[in-house]
Amino acid sequence: MDVKSIRSAFPILDQEVNGHPLVYLDSAATSQKPIEVIEAVNNYYHLNNSNVHRGVHTIGTRATDLYEGAREKVKQFIGAKNVEEIIFTRGTTTAINLVAQSYGKSHLSQGDEIVISKMEHHSNIIPWQQIAKVTGATLKYIPLETDGTIHLDNVRKTITPKTKIVAVTHVSNVLGTINPIKEITKIAHENDAVILVDGAQGVPHMKVDVVDLDCDFYAFSGHKMCAPTGIGVLYGKKQLLEQMEPVEFGGEMIDFVDLYDSTWKELPWKFEGGTPIIAGAVGLGAAIDFLTEVGLDNVTEHETMLVNYAMEQLTEIDKLTIYGPKHRAGLVTFNLADVHPHDTATVLDAEGIAVRAGHHCAQPLMKWLDVTATARASFYLYNTVDDVDNLVAGLNKAKEFFGDVF
Amino acid sequence: MSFDNLDSLYRQVIMDHYKNPRNRGSLEDDALTIDMNNPTCGDRIQLHLSIEDNHVKDAKFEGEGCSISLSSASMMTQVIKGKEVEEALKISELFSDIMIGKEIDTDIDLGDIEALQGVCKFPARIKCATLAWKAMEKAVDQQEQD
Repeated sequence: MDVKSIRSAFPILDQEVNGHPLVYLDSAATSQKPIEVIEAVNNYYHLNNSNVHRGVHTIGTRATDLYEGAREKVKQFIGAKNVEEIIFTRGTTTAINLVAQSYGKSHLSQGDEIVISKMEHHSNIIPWQQIAKVTGATLKYIPLETDGTIHLDNVRKTITPKTKIVAVTHVSNVLGTINPIKEITKIAHENDAVILVDGAQGVPHMKVDVVDLDCDFYAFSGHKMCAPTGIGVLYGKKQLLEQMEPVEFGGEMIDFVDLYDSTWKELPWKFEGGTPIIAGAVGLGAAIDFLTEVGLDNVTEHETMLVNYAMEQLTEIDKLTIYGPKHRAGLVTFNLADVHPHDTATVLDAEGIAVRAGHHCAQPLMKWLDVTATARASFYLYNTVDDVDNLVAGLNKAKEFFGDVF
Repeated sequence: MSFDNLDSLYRQVIMDHYKNPRNRGSLEDDALTIDMNNPTCGDRIQLHLSIEDNHVKDAKFEGEGCSISLSSASMMTQVIKGKEVEEALKISELFSDIMIGKEIDTDIDLGDIEALQGVCKFPARIKCATLAWKAMEKAVDQQEQD
């Protein structure tokens, strides 16, 4: 993989921040966008903007073809069997909420269990807390091993015949843990539960095949995989989606509307009430083309190389604590001595290095780690070994700067 | 190596308050207690205020946060102690002005808080600096309602 030519496709990377070349290490929060995606959105508005699935006019047909064409690309990208199984949402959060509000509400009652893990992002915790409150179901957590991984024995212990829904993340946005989704899915299915996978940190970085995983729902966001913000995907198995009720009602999603009752369109449109996120979907389609061209396996390999190098270099820094397992996805979460991660991030920012500092939308996990906040550097296909070296140099500066305090 | 820009943020007096916070702890049960957190980053402060005869009789704080939020809390408790409530609120207003980079002209003794003026050049950190002050305003508000 030629990183130099990949970098040249990302105009934002070519700038100075605070007098230093930008080192963007916050792709787990949101990825940067290649020119191909920016232009696809631009072209859509320049040439083809129209509402979809209505009207007879030519540009309306073009917009519809682009929108539905993007759906087909998503289907292929994640290996789904049917295009009806791809529902466009605003992002991962909306996708998970859709399943909780629709499938959750109609399948859960007092005594039933929802099982999630201790490493979930807030977006895969709160929708289940809320639906548990409404239905009387119990929310249970799969515990973590000390290195931040999930042991299948604990999955087997936590999931019981009372469990109706299991929801786990594919990759932890804090620990970098890559969870054994296929095995967890098997255990869920043995107990007649359905499983939802939070793929926000999965799909952008590794080849995902939903049929091979056999998961029932898989949710992810476009903006973490080179696409614009505001577009995401809920994949669901057709037989499940078919029996589910929509959660948003209005235009686009109806078949017949009478004064006191209405019927819904078929899949996937019954879940896409209102004018959809057309430009976003077009951008997502372009992002998929871009990533396919590069090759997802190459992306994974590159990130693995970077994260292994980063772990090696960061371990050399005295009093730097790294959280999470050795084998991990392309991110490193850490704390530098007693320096608060905000302060670390401010020093790094002064060097043009963008990292995330805070609780990473995972407050229960922070509690488990016994920290209030952490700093995180996350990598993507455009990052380089130099970026890692700059991070290490920046952290040494931070140590020097706060040296007299600690 | 030059840290000019960072030095304007992390003045020595700030680091001193961070390392040796003044008025850290809690007050008797009848004091006002306000919890304030910054949900985007996880900083949290619990402020205890004892107000008597319209004066801030005592102020203490507990919590977790970065150098900017904790030093600001430390400086604030120091400066408002003994002041009239009105004056404490006025100082809070002046502090907000400092945070947006306004020149201020006042006879009020601002103690160490002027050391935080460098924060205005770091927009992402202003919320850290104002956390304790928002807690104080909320506490006064709450007392007035009681």
